[in-house]
Amino acid sequence: MSVFYFVAFLSVFFALMTIFTKNPVHSVLYLVITFFTFTVHYILLNAQFLAVVNFIVYMGAIMVLFLFVLMLLNLNKDTEPLKSNLVKFMGVIAGMCLVVTLAGSFRALESSESIILKDPDIGLVGNLGRVLFSEFLLPFEISSILLLTAMVGAVLLAKNDPKKA
Amino acid sequence: MEGKEIMQSLSNRKKVLEQKPMNFWERMYLPAIARGLGITIRHFFKPKATYKYPEVQRPYSKNFRGQHSLKRDEEGRERCTACGLCALSCPAEAITMISAERKKGEEHLYREEKYAAVYEINMLRCIFCGLCEEACPKEAIFLDGSHVPPEQLRKDFIYGKDKLVEPRFEYKKEHETTA
Amino acid sequence: MESALLVEKTILVVAVFAITLVIAMYSTLVERKVAGFMQARFGPDRAGPFGILQPLCDGGKFFFKEEIIPAGAHKFLFIIGPAVAMFTACISSAVIPWGQELTIGDRVITLQVADINVGVLYIFGVVALGVYGIMIGGWASNNKYSLMGAVRAASQSISYEIGMGLSLIALLMVTGTLSLREIVAQQEGFVNWNIWVQPIGFLIFLVCAFAECNRVPFDLAECETELIGGYNVEYSSMKLAFYMFAEYINMFVSSSLMAALYFGGYNFPFMYDLGLSQNWITIIGVLVFFAKILAFIFFFMWIRWTIPRFRYDQLMRLGWKILIPLAVANIVLTGIITIVKDTYF
Repeated sequence: MSVFYFVAFLSVFFALMTIFTKNPVHSVLYLVITFFTFTVHYILLNAQFLAVVNFIVYMGAIMVLFLFVLMLLNLNKDTEPLKSNLVKFMGVIAGMCLVVTLAGSFRALESSESIILKDPDIGLVGNLGRVLFSEFLLPFEISSILLLTAMVGAVLLAKNDPKKA
Repeated sequence: MEGKEIMQSLSNRKKVLEQKPMNFWERMYLPAIARGLGITIRHFFKPKATYKYPEVQRPYSKNFRGQHSLKRDEEGRERCTACGLCALSCPAEAITMISAERKKGEEHLYREEKYAAVYEINMLRCIFCGLCEEACPKEAIFLDGSHVPPEQLRKDFIYGKDKLVEPRFEYKKEHETTA
Repeated sequence: MESALLVEKTILVVAVFAITLVIAMYSTLVERKVAGFMQARFGPDRAGPFGILQPLCDGGKFFFKEEIIPAGAHKFLFIIGPAVAMFTACISSAVIPWGQELTIGDRVITLQVADINVGVLYIFGVVALGVYGIMIGGWASNNKYSLMGAVRAASQSISYEIGMGLSLIALLMVTGTLSLREIVAQQEGFVNWNIWVQPIGFLIFLVCAFAECNRVPFDLAECETELIGGYNVEYSSMKLAFYMFAEYINMFVSSSLMAALYFGGYNFPFMYDLGLSQNWITIIGVLVFFAKILAFIFFFMWIRWTIPRFRYDQLMRLGWKILIPLAVANIVLTGIITIVKDTYF
């Protein structure tokens, strides 16, 4: 349990660092570490597949792309546009709304007993695959179609307009 | 516009290269890679051209021009008479000398009445063309040595008489013993 | 019992690390030797007989070189970069099964550091992480060439990871497991090697492995003619050595991965027909596995001194327009064959 608290502390700490650092590249690197702590969480939950996929997809691919773009843009403190007070005010209101919502949902939840997994091997890849392709087949396929549409959309956006070119 | 006209081929050896679009087999690129790999692995087992230098020395060719040597005659006297023709002919200005007159009692050292008291060749300047050898009227200088060895300092490349004059050769004794 | 396991694993980890480092060290020598032999010369042969002390000399030289951190560089990340590269290169060998069980007394020792049931994906993830070392180092150098090298490395690595993953999916459809130990155990003998059922998949995997290791013909990240050295221009001394070492370790790991996934790992023909005891089979198996790995390392070098570097657009075209469709076609083909086999035979 103490391991959990330690890792959870690290997650929150690096998540905060992500927000508070001025340099965008550092911010992304902190985000990478945050994702790494998430991977550790998954391993603690014995969800090996989820851990590794989180590792590959978020740390290995998405964050690399983030870093890629930020390095090319060469953003720093000087180029960051000054935000007007109105925007800051709006931001504060939006943040407060989020806090209120979260607090409300926490109040609505009953404090549950510490969860005991019925089957500790549920996160292993074989079991996960079986569940995904039997019980949750429809949502699984629908989400894959969603991803496909996103991909087609991205290609369409990236492609030059043949009329213009 | 004239340049665009078909140029007259004077030698009649002009070949027009036809570049066909690659067929599927060629575009696959793998056969070409396999062929390339075949070539490199063949070279892998071929005998190597390298001489492992300090242990194995490569023979010099017959007309190799190496370090100069100042010759002696059959009685062991220096042939050079310090005429300066070698220095004059040198395209790299590598040779300098100071001449001196032969004193009484030095006849066994120098053949001519005038000799080179100082004779220096800057081996960094020298281009080993052999013109000094050709210019010498006394057959006193020949580029018949090995190559010039490396040194740490520039000044060490200026060779004086101590390095250039060939060692004394006891011609007579040698002749008697062999005879 | 617990402590015995701990000791056993510690010894194994240390041994694997030592072997990895020694092989990486000697890869540098072998690389130069191979280059020499293919170019009608001998390569380094002055330090010790056949130059076998050359890596030690190089290492010593690297230690005594001046350490330069550029004034404009981000110091912390500049130091972290090579460390990350080295770290990710080293930890990927944890799940590779080096051999079968070894029985000493009444203890059965498995020659694998960790048998996690998502072994293939673990290696995949670690390899994906490897690019951070290059990116961080390249960015922190504060040099446009370094940055270009880093950006190239990142986009190349991401592009070829997709092809690699898709080619692996076809393999996993055949094996039905993600555990490297089980995959290797399935390929007993000679006819069961996965190369015979997945030749196209292997080819794709091979090409992608070259790209992931940043090796010629895909070493665009450190291309001298365009980027004067790429992401490691500003590096000197041991930090540069770390980057180079990481490259060789990556080569070793991907060689062992290819040997394990497609060429039967520690399996060798007639391994149970010779009437040997289990311990001997294990020991010979480990040697056979290393022979396969070294053969692959030689192949890496052989390719390097044969094929010129790709142009960047050619690299991207190969990755996205040829390898990925080919890998998808391979998956479909594998699926069809599996179904046909299951229903009719």
